[in-house]
Amino acid sequence: MRTIRIGAGQGFYGDSIIPAIETARNGNVDYLCFDSLAELTLAILQKDRQRDPARGYASDISSTMRELLPLVKAKGLKLITNAGGMNPLGALRETERVAHELGGLQGLKIAVVTGDDVLPKLTSFTAEGVSLAHMEDGRDFAAVQNRISFANAYLGAEPIVEALRQGADIVITGRVSDSALFLAPLIHEFGWHVEQDWELLAQGVLMGHLMECSGQVSGGNFSGDWQSVESLENIGFPIAEVREDGEFVMTKAEGTGGLVSVATVKEQLLYEIHDPSSYMTPDVVLDLTNVQLQDIGPNRVSVTGASGAARPETFKVVMGYADGWLGQAIWGYSWPDAVAKAKEADRIIRKQIEALGLHYEEIRTDYMGLNSLHGSVLAQPPAEELNEVYLRIAVRTNNRDAAAKLGRLVPPLMLSGPPAMGAFLGVMKPRELLGMWSCLVPREIIERSIRVTVTEVV
Amino acid sequence: MALVRKQLRHLVQARSGDKGNTVNIAVFAPSAEVYAVLLREVTAERVKGHFQSMVNGEVKRYVLPGLHAMNFVCKEALGGGGSATLRMDNLGKCYAANLMRLEIEIDDTILVSAKS
Repeated sequence: MRTIRIGAGQGFYGDSIIPAIETARNGNVDYLCFDSLAELTLAILQKDRQRDPARGYASDISSTMRELLPLVKAKGLKLITNAGGMNPLGALRETERVAHELGGLQGLKIAVVTGDDVLPKLTSFTAEGVSLAHMEDGRDFAAVQNRISFANAYLGAEPIVEALRQGADIVITGRVSDSALFLAPLIHEFGWHVEQDWELLAQGVLMGHLMECSGQVSGGNFSGDWQSVESLENIGFPIAEVREDGEFVMTKAEGTGGLVSVATVKEQLLYEIHDPSSYMTPDVVLDLTNVQLQDIGPNRVSVTGASGAARPETFKVVMGYADGWLGQAIWGYSWPDAVAKAKEADRIIRKQIEALGLHYEEIRTDYMGLNSLHGSVLAQPPAEELNEVYLRIAVRTNNRDAAAKLGRLVPPLMLSGPPAMGAFLGVMKPRELLGMWSCLVPREIIERSIRVTVTEVV
Repeated sequence: MALVRKQLRHLVQARSGDKGNTVNIAVFAPSAEVYAVLLREVTAERVKGHFQSMVNGEVKRYVLPGLHAMNFVCKEALGGGGSATLRMDNLGKCYAANLMRLEIEIDDTILVSAKS
């Protein structure tokens, strides 16, 4: 039975490129797929595009392509990436530029998928009777309509499959569902039917889900026996060996660090999943409840048992909207009584905020080293003898200047507050907060705009 | 045989992540025996109670007996979501670790099959 080997190249914009190079050189893979877009990434890329319309793609695509294009040519492997972000055509141009710079890559075919960016179409959606109400809490879109900065649909695997069918060696997309990047090669290679083979598609989406966070399935962020995971400094990103019947083995390149075991795979299995019997993707609704994992060798785990139901008639659209400003300051206090000193400083700052008439929608204080990650859940660890505690005050406001004013209250505490204050990290610039708006849009409306364009390096 | 109190950290694996303003926490038992105890002890209500100062919405529990796993979906758990929150753990990655503080009652004969 035929088997395709697929490697994970990246788990987010900013991930290390080294494991991808290792996989391309020594992983014997047919495809290398890069997931560059976390939920927040489009917000970052949108800011880039606002500053410079030529940008808006994941800028590490330059270094990625410089390292990997020669290997694409030499090994005959294919790259699929959603690094196009907010500007897939810009990413295409940058990839072409890198290809010319490297030389010797004539004939390489680069495909670009567009149509996920639906910002210009929001008004026409409303005109067609799409409500755009928030899919989780039903809020009315009118509440944020004037503050939207980007809007992208999570496309499925089909346009990527079309690009591969047209002979693309490299496929660049904007927002597609993470798993679609990994599923597309299977549909292309094995001829799976996109509106029929729900069981096969379910296995393919599960594979993609396990791969999309790179090192998180091969020993990274592992809550089990994490101390026994070897050589994380040299972690190997996952490789899936997928058979035509959908069964697959999770593994990684020989000689790399990290760990692929039932224990690491099952942690990733439910990562960012809600109802495990009904994980919605544009390609299939995945049911994980009967998945079976088996250790079949060192760093080899077989995965079977995913089942699937017909894909939804809607695409998920995620938009970002301006949601006010964050102002914050961080500084430290020393033993003895570090926590008591920090609490007194917090009291002083809050009194001064009040006296100045600064109106913040939210004021938050964190005692770093004590509760900044875990909040006030359960009993606090003994606070009295802490050598140091860092105080962080953060505010939310619609007014940028008011956010900036918070930081200015802090330096005077050095001389006029509780004793032994250190490590004042400066007044932090206000940062714009972005709200996320998720809604569902009928599939056929989105599909009208999807385009696949293939160009050749000359 | 006697009932003893144990923190989850000595018994299970867990990982959490975000989607919008929702956090999910997946918990995995090392054996069927420990899983049976988890099903009894680690209910959605207990998890909601544990995180009462952090989770404003409902907590729902899904179970996967084949993997000895359960998945807690906690709504309104990130102060607005990753890019809108004032919280330092803005992606909810520490929620699973936090849950490991929860203490449950477990038969000491079962502990042999547990994590440590």
